Amino acid sequence: MSTSLILTLMAFGAFATGLVGALTGLGGGIILVPMLVLIFHIHIRYAAGASLIAVIATSSGAAAAFLSEGYTNLRVGMFLQLTSIGGGIAGAFMLALVPVPVLMTVFGLVLLYSGYLSFRRKEEVEEGRPSDGLAVRLHMEGSYPAAGGWESYKVYRVVPSFLLMGVAGIISGLLGIGAGAVNVLAMDQVMRLPYKVSTSTSNFMIGITAAASAGIYLHHGYIDPVLAMPVMLGVFGGAVVGARLLIFLRAKPLRIFFSVVVLIMAAEMIYKGLAQW
Amino acid sequence: MVAIRRMEKLIGIVLLAGVLASAAIVLIGGVLYMWRHGATPVHYRIFRGEPSDLRSLSGIWNDFEEGSGRGAIQFGLMLLVGIQVVRVALTGILFFLNRDKVFVVITFLVLAMLSYALFFAGE
Repeated sequence: MSTSLILTLMAFGAFATGLVGALTGLGGGIILVPMLVLIFHIHIRYAAGASLIAVIATSSGAAAAFLSEGYTNLRVGMFLQLTSIGGGIAGAFMLALVPVPVLMTVFGLVLLYSGYLSFRRKEEVEEGRPSDGLAVRLHMEGSYPAAGGWESYKVYRVVPSFLLMGVAGIISGLLGIGAGAVNVLAMDQVMRLPYKVSTSTSNFMIGITAAASAGIYLHHGYIDPVLAMPVMLGVFGGAVVGARLLIFLRAKPLRIFFSVVVLIMAAEMIYKGLAQW
Repeated sequence: MVAIRRMEKLIGIVLLAGVLASAAIVLIGGVLYMWRHGATPVHYRIFRGEPSDLRSLSGIWNDFEEGSGRGAIQFGLMLLVGIQVVRVALTGILFFLNRDKVFVVITFLVLAMLSYALFFAGE
């Protein structure tokens, strides 16, 4: 096959993963890397490099839209960014040291867990308790546009969430993904932020964490321009279309279908990883 | 509050403009590359790492100035990364306008870590 044809196919594949990532809320990277590795037989380090760039593009595009809607909690985001970015830098350095079979296996497990988290997604739980003392001191409580006007929310368990974001950062830097599912776990489940606030704030953070990893990726030679070009443009295009489609589509049946896809991909990544051990 | 809403809007606009500019440069670089080297096969099955000129900001800038397709793509990608620094800095200004000293410091720390990772971590 000619290079032009392969790159065109990759752009279409990336478009599809961007679309699915937006529709399921999993984000682009976590489905993109297995596609590049399993279907296009690309080395996982190159795949991670291209994916990381695509993640920055989608996060920036989405953050631009969310910021004007008023869902993003910049205080929570910037505070959690401290551990997230530290983890991202550590994870990016680890990528050179971790053997490929281990990377593949870890990726499969993270994929499996992310799929589980996004499928299990709980409804918001109302808690009457006052916010975490630290959250009050840092003025983290906020309000967001709900159906009946602006609704205020409380913020719980700041320190556990702060630590969990460090783990999310390491996963992001190590695997070249946004680790949005772990971010949302930290904000939605641990801090108890409203779901829309969690996803918007996570989106705001992902690009910044990934940018820190990108510097190290670049110096280690993981970012190949010819590979990143179709991947970045494809995923970004897919994410833009996916976000628009999300307004019209019922997400539930789609989510069940994609959970099966995620399960198969995760199993194959783990199998391939273990087979090389 | 008006200043803050306006600042949030500004961050959104800068982000969107940055992504679109970066995507346009990447696309132009991609077309240049495909036109000149579209028939050369690419191999990504084995990891060899990028050549040194595509690994550093100064090398990328040189390639870009020489009109290399790959240099242009890489430049577009780095523009996208650079926009993230601007986004953090603008958020810091937003906190400053809000007279929020603690968060100005937090944002500064984030900016310092980001700059370290981008400019010094690989040297």
